[in-house]
Amino acid sequence: MTSKLSGQEVKHVAKLANFPLTEGETEKFRQQLSEILEYAEILKKVKTEDVKPSSQGVNLENAFREDKAEPSLSPEEVLSGAKDKQDGMFKVKAIFEE
Amino acid sequence: MKNPNFTIEEVRDKLFQGEISAVEVVKNCLEQIKKFDKEINAFITVLEKEALDEAREADKEIVKNKGILKDKPLLGIPIGIKDLFCTKGVRTTAASKVLEDYIPVYDATSVDRLRRAGAIFIGKNNLDAWAHGSSGENSDFGSTKNPWNIQYVPGGSSSGSAAAVCLGMALAATGTDTGGSIRLPASFCNLVGLKPTYGRVSRYGVISMASSLDTIGHFTRTVADSALFLGVTAGFDGKDSACPDFPVPDYLSNIKTGIGGVRIGIPKEYLVEGMNTNVKTIFEESVNKLQLLGAEVKEVSLPNTEYANAAYYLIQTSEVSSNLARYTGIRYGNGRERFGEEAKRRIMLGTYALSSGYYDQYYLKAQKVRTLIQQDFKKAFLECDILVSPVSPTPPFKLGEKTSDPLMMYLSDILTVTANLAGIPALSVPAGFIDDLPVGIQFLGPQFSEELLFRTGFAFEQNTKYFLKQPVIFENEE
Repeated sequence: MTSKLSGQEVKHVAKLANFPLTEGETEKFRQQLSEILEYAEILKKVKTEDVKPSSQGVNLENAFREDKAEPSLSPEEVLSGAKDKQDGMFKVKAIFEE
Repeated sequence: MKNPNFTIEEVRDKLFQGEISAVEVVKNCLEQIKKFDKEINAFITVLEKEALDEAREADKEIVKNKGILKDKPLLGIPIGIKDLFCTKGVRTTAASKVLEDYIPVYDATSVDRLRRAGAIFIGKNNLDAWAHGSSGENSDFGSTKNPWNIQYVPGGSSSGSAAAVCLGMALAATGTDTGGSIRLPASFCNLVGLKPTYGRVSRYGVISMASSLDTIGHFTRTVADSALFLGVTAGFDGKDSACPDFPVPDYLSNIKTGIGGVRIGIPKEYLVEGMNTNVKTIFEESVNKLQLLGAEVKEVSLPNTEYANAAYYLIQTSEVSSNLARYTGIRYGNGRERFGEEAKRRIMLGTYALSSGYYDQYYLKAQKVRTLIQQDFKKAFLECDILVSPVSPTPPFKLGEKTSDPLMMYLSDILTVTANLAGIPALSVPAGFIDDLPVGIQFLGPQFSEELLFRTGFAFEQNTKYFLKQPVIFENEE
């Protein structure tokens, strides 16, 4: 089994990605991600010193519009999917506790 | 109506002649859904009442003025919508428990355009959750089965869309193609699947997977239907900043021109080692047919092909990790603990590839390889007008065959990801069968060359007529 990633790294990545992992999942993903990253090593064979990266296929730049207010969604529509709301606002976890 | 295998073209004609009503057309689709969907699982939501109401309205419009069928080219036509497209007031789940109760407050642009063209939405089609998959087995709402043989996968991620059209549950269905998610199911289900040029169809309102790779396309039974459909969805949309203001031609006007003198290139690197020999044979026979139809066929080289899949999986998962960060359960949906296994895997891979210390080695490197792949295509299109290749190195595979090995599943995409990396259009068309399982081929062209792809696909289709074959599931239904 490849050991490209450590269990610690997997846990760290899951923390960055903001979702929980069980111990069993951590090990399973450790193996699978290591294998996939091993496969991605093939890119090392490509000479890219003088190559510019491409982020897109169609090469559009500065797709702007007039800074004019246009009709949008109502506050009710916007809040319609929230499970926690109060006074016309989304309720989130407290950042500062008293 | 015993045979549900009508095309949009045929139904439009019958509606115009008054031979059939929109209500009858919708009832036939609903009948197919009732008969087969418990087994096939092509739909997450069926819109029975809404579809019949819309059909009644459509019939009134047609009776009042038949000419309306010209202004609204999809009037009375039932279509499936991949459950990745926001439909106002109708649950949109992305086939994930995270969004199982999400009800959008707006329509995707493509959905809105289809509505204005008179299309009737018969339901929301099942898919691999978040469009992550090549088989249809990653849905949180159960796998979709291939109507040609229910022990096999229909391909993914637009699995339900393909299965639905295949069985006449809808006359067309929308899909998305980020790495092959339209072309692979089209190939596995004997359908025409279009991946348009990146930006040809607005992505607004379609749940994002990988923003630089996602394209909005569709499934139909025939190439002419596909051309008609693109005429409705294509075109500038200010709400998608990667949607250029490029004119939309009449995709049908030159479709019957034929392919005399068209230069078709075969990328030699696409005939990969380990390709199924029957798939290879079908491909070679298809190339012979194209030659008989007047095309000039030659071998070309796309030397960086072998690096495409690795580059794709790094770029795609990186963009996925960013796009799925918004699902926190705060503004809509549920918490992130509800993500399925595949979603977690891809988010983590992307997070890692973008993280400090690894960004240059993985993401940036992959973007450079992407440039090389684009250059490969540019060079090839100097010597030929379009390219042709198989869609998959294998015929449809069995449910469960690849689920325990993610990497093996990712390798299903090796022939399809290049078009997404380059932003070019590709059309998958039926090319034959192996043990009654469909196999397709794909035509790839330069950006905005959909007209030529349709012309070629049409010529090939009319010569081979594979679309007339029906899945065995019908023969058992008497």
